[in-house]
Amino acid sequence: MMPAYYLEAAVVILGLVLMVMEAFVEKADKSLIAKMGIVGLLVVLVSLFFVSGPAEGDDAPIWSFYAVDPMALFYKGFALVTTILVLIMSLDYRSVLQHYMGADQEKPGAGIGEFHYLPLFTCAGLMWMASAKDIVSIFVALELVTISFYVLVAFMRRNVGSLEAGVKYLILGALSTGFFVYGLTWLFGLSGETELSKIAAALGNDDSAMVRYPKALLFSLAMILVGLGFKIAAVPFQIWVPDVYQGAPTPITAFLSVGSKAAGFVVGYRIMEPFFANHVAPQLVTLILAISGATILLGNLAAVAQENFKRLLAYSSISHAGFLLLALGCSSSTTSPVNVEGVMALYLGGYLAMTLVAFHVMCLVRAQLGSEDLSAYKGLSKRSPFLAGVLLVAMISLAGVPFTAGFIGKMYVFLMALQSRYFVIIALAVVGVGAGFYYYLKVVRAMYWDDAADDQSVQISTLSKVAMLTMVALIVILGIYPTPILNLFAA
Amino acid sequence: MSILDLIIFLPLLGVAAIAFGAPARTTAKAVTGVNLLLGLAAWYLFDGSKDGFQLTASRPLIPVPEIAYAVGIDGLSLIMLLLSVIVAFCAMWMAPAVERHEKMYFISLLLIAAGAIGAFCSTDIFFFYAFHELALIPTFLMIGIWGKGEDRSAVAWKITIYLAVGSIILLAGLIALQAQLSNGGLTFDFEAWQQRAANDGIASAAQGWIFLTLLIGFGILVSLFPFHAWAAPAYASAPSPTSMLHAGVLKKFGLYGLLRFTPMLPEGLETWRNLLIVLLLGNILFMGFVTIAQRNLDSMLGCSSVMHMGYIFLGLASWNIVAGGDPIGYTGAVLLMFGHGISIALLFGLCGRLRERVSTLEMDRLGGLGKQVPVFSFLFGLAAFASAGLPGFANFSGEVMVFFGGFQGYEGGSLSRLQWATVLALWGVVISAVYMLRAYRNIFLGEQPDGLKVPSELAIDQRLPCALLVVALLVIGFYPKLFSDLLPL
Repeated sequence: MMPAYYLEAAVVILGLVLMVMEAFVEKADKSLIAKMGIVGLLVVLVSLFFVSGPAEGDDAPIWSFYAVDPMALFYKGFALVTTILVLIMSLDYRSVLQHYMGADQEKPGAGIGEFHYLPLFTCAGLMWMASAKDIVSIFVALELVTISFYVLVAFMRRNVGSLEAGVKYLILGALSTGFFVYGLTWLFGLSGETELSKIAAALGNDDSAMVRYPKALLFSLAMILVGLGFKIAAVPFQIWVPDVYQGAPTPITAFLSVGSKAAGFVVGYRIMEPFFANHVAPQLVTLILAISGATILLGNLAAVAQENFKRLLAYSSISHAGFLLLALGCSSSTTSPVNVEGVMALYLGGYLAMTLVAFHVMCLVRAQLGSEDLSAYKGLSKRSPFLAGVLLVAMISLAGVPFTAGFIGKMYVFLMALQSRYFVIIALAVVGVGAGFYYYLKVVRAMYWDDAADDQSVQISTLSKVAMLTMVALIVILGIYPTPILNLFAA
Repeated sequence: MSILDLIIFLPLLGVAAIAFGAPARTTAKAVTGVNLLLGLAAWYLFDGSKDGFQLTASRPLIPVPEIAYAVGIDGLSLIMLLLSVIVAFCAMWMAPAVERHEKMYFISLLLIAAGAIGAFCSTDIFFFYAFHELALIPTFLMIGIWGKGEDRSAVAWKITIYLAVGSIILLAGLIALQAQLSNGGLTFDFEAWQQRAANDGIASAAQGWIFLTLLIGFGILVSLFPFHAWAAPAYASAPSPTSMLHAGVLKKFGLYGLLRFTPMLPEGLETWRNLLIVLLLGNILFMGFVTIAQRNLDSMLGCSSVMHMGYIFLGLASWNIVAGGDPIGYTGAVLLMFGHGISIALLFGLCGRLRERVSTLEMDRLGGLGKQVPVFSFLFGLAAFASAGLPGFANFSGEVMVFFGGFQGYEGGSLSRLQWATVLALWGVVISAVYMLRAYRNIFLGEQPDGLKVPSELAIDQRLPCALLVVALLVIGFYPKLFSDLLPL
């Protein structure tokens, strides 16, 4: 057994080694960097099962801001799996990158190496965020993630869309960080503590400024929610999402959509949790539910009109944030039969699998057919029955058909929301799910009903095939047997 | 391990086999053939004298709320299971030639069949619900890829969105019902629900709105007026095996669900009975006239199948009209579900064959086919008569019991609302006779119009499934006791 923070250290060191290698080993094929990264992260993923928290009597300072609980371990694994898949996707996406990096003939891989090791730093940040239980370490981890994303989003420097996305993400990311830090400072000012557990303890004390000034506390929580709202793409902070998702290189879009969202929810849950059992709970829950309802409705309805697959998934990602917020909003209900952490983990786990499969297919189609519009998917069932099959599973799971992870997540959210009697949001969610069936099946229609313009087939590497099949298996297994994840969080 | 496991998983194994390269049509035929035999074996193993679920098997999957893969059948689900395996068998055998994506075609059909069978055999509400939705996407693909008509795309969206929204409303209703029955831990086990509902009861206010939610949710799936708009166009556009399975079997899922859950919500039914009566008259009378106005055989059959749902709802509405009375309307509803499922499957199957051979299904442009294809027209006639409620067929025994159920407890004096509804519903029989007989006359009797391509007679391998359906209709028509004894009284 080893302390859990060795894992983050290992990922950072791996990233640094690859960085040095990229700079000094000129002859090497750049895809080697990604492959080494994948192998290294797989090793870290396995060692996740052999880590421990503080030993008895170990009061080293790190344990006051670094948690090792099921939630932390689950989301570390989550970050690792996401990053591995993003690296595999980036291998499939190389031809597009090369095109927009304008590499000269002699060094075809020039400028691409960074694309393969930068995700490791994001991964380290995401892993740290899963463990962060102190507002300072939360903020530092969040910045590590965000700053590496600034580079990655704008990576295709000769593509106007990518640059536009980079600028938008930079400005709005900085703005949201501002809101977030402002909320955190208010929280610190009211409680005098940076450790979340001490803040929670102070809440029980009637003399605490947090109890005496509920409006100030609500203001601070609202600012934090605004900051996180940008990260998880909740309405009304979702404006950047479609443009940035569309412009960013597809593997990075996938990373943003899965990794960034999950991290936002972990942090949100860790910060908000003590306040759900508190005097500000009613207002806080109302706020979260209002955002959730608006997010479900807008995400789903705006997706209906999209003809670009990436924008469609961007809106779909917004709508799923709405469902997750609904789960978060059920935290204060004591009658809830299942715990919110478990449901969120289940939902996000399923979301990871189905979203990454969708983006992976998109990478391959973009690289080989040259388009991200839905029209490029016409006749995909002829070009590659395999790709059409896995994308079909991903789409019906996103829509929420039973026996898939997407359904089971939604079912639990409905279960909790009904138990908490949030009937209005449930009605909105029904509308959202109905709309979802339309736009997700639009992709299915393109693949199966329509005929392709030509008979060019799509080549898939074995590595990608294995990755996609693993995710499809995960979708189906979680859809029937989600118990392992739920048990992980059972009290 | 129960025989029901085999019945559920055999079609899914067939799907896997086809996906890995087994010859599609042969596999589908073989799998459903074996399934038919297994279904009959389950009937043989079923002990009609016992209450409760039999042939059970259960495998716990999720602890909170308790969800298990659990199968079992009682009389009601046995009848539905028999309906499913019979229609599934005939649908595969009567499937016309498929030009493109043949694998996908039979995979979709098998999934629809597996979904229906799974839903009827599950005693866990989660799986009951989930299996039904298994059929949703295959139906979408079937209509989209192999459907006919210019607007098949719009039709496929319509049915899918309608059914998806209906299902999600249903899910909300089921979860709400479960929350009411959570005394002793959350569970999706149907028998536990039954017991708890019998022991603790459910507050009347909750019964009211849960029943309404379930009625809307299930109602959309059964094409209850005014949620019926998806059904007729979908059945008209879909390839005939899909229409057979969907109109014959899958649509019965909603009725099956209502018959299952209504006894837990007696006050809910009481509260909404008048609404239900109005809606079911909408099905029978409004849709009846709409059916008469149809010019195409396939859309006429689609509309007629919507119309006939009204009688089954009438049977449901008469449930417990006399407290503790004989549930004759309920028994009639079950028989009618079976009869309608078989007869509409036969009609759609024959209609599909006809479509393959003649260029049009517009009834005014057909005629005189009876002389050319006597066996075909004879079978079609039997199915049409059964559908119109001629004595001797299962539909008649069902309808008669439903009407008796509506008049239960009548001791002279003025008629209650339900009895008025029954009187009005009786006119539906006349309406059915009008459109069915007119269709028969237009297609098979009279002069053959010039230039009409003459269809060839049904081949022997096509007659076999048709004969099976006719026999099922006649057996239950002449001896309904075979099924009514299976149902609890």
